[in-house]
Amino acid sequence: MDTQRDSGDEAKMIASILAGETQLYHELVRPHERSVYLMALSYMKNEADAEDVAQEAFLKAFRALSSFRAESKFGTWLISITLNEARNRLRRKSAAPMQSLDVPPDEEGAVSPALLRDWREVPSEALERSEVKQMIASAVEALPEIYRSVFVLRDVEELSVNETAEALSLSVPAVKVRLHRARMMLQKQLAPQLRTVTATAKRRWFPW
Amino acid sequence: MVIECKHVWNLISGYLDGTLTAEEQEVIQKHLETCEICSAILDSTRNIIVLTADERVFELPAGFSERLHARLAAELGTDGGRGASPP
Repeated sequence: MDTQRDSGDEAKMIASILAGETQLYHELVRPHERSVYLMALSYMKNEADAEDVAQEAFLKAFRALSSFRAESKFGTWLISITLNEARNRLRRKSAAPMQSLDVPPDEEGAVSPALLRDWREVPSEALERSEVKQMIASAVEALPEIYRSVFVLRDVEELSVNETAEALSLSVPAVKVRLHRARMMLQKQLAPQLRTVTATAKRRWFPW
Repeated sequence: MVIECKHVWNLISGYLDGTLTAEEQEVIQKHLETCEICSAILDSTRNIIVLTADERVFELPAGFSERLHARLAAELGTDGGRGASPP
């Protein structure tokens, strides 16, 4: 998310756009392109559909701009439009009933992490390797939907817990519980896989 | 106060975000000093969060921005869109 621009600036831009300076909409949305696309990708799971959903969400937000209420942030409002768009599209796509989106998940039962005796830090440079990137992206994409959306907003897009709750229409405690589970699920899945990365890292990074 | 590892696991997320009570924070801190398994779980979880937040993991497709703004321009009637006039 863009931290350079505060919501006061956005409110002014929105007022100008509604007053007829529609070209400002290009500038208004630029800082939000990535978060909207990632949200769409986490639902659609392929780049082409995600891009389509993202474009559609930006168009719908423009058409609905006069209904935007300044008490919420433009970014979180956009995310909720994106979410609706993605869900509608998935619903249309499959005749089969999909995982229920509204019923609260089973909040019982903790997720057990992968047990390790030590942990060797995987440095960010490891992400230069496509198989490591892919490993992490796939694990995030494989999370059950209710955990994935919370995780993507909070830990990938780095929204606050409150913003995440607002964008997803969830309570703050629900966000915290889901975030915790998502993190534990990822640790369980990724920690053993990433260990193999560090085990071979030395040889691969320093071939001499 | 001695706590079980399982209890620590339930609080890992709050510990990483710094949202636990002072008492919980301290109890966990103490536990981590002596429990290598919980320390490794905490370190790996923190490491994984840092990696997933890296912009290289999820990248915008090439040309995403250009295509988006072209489509917006068409809708908005701004430059580059339907109504763009030739030079």
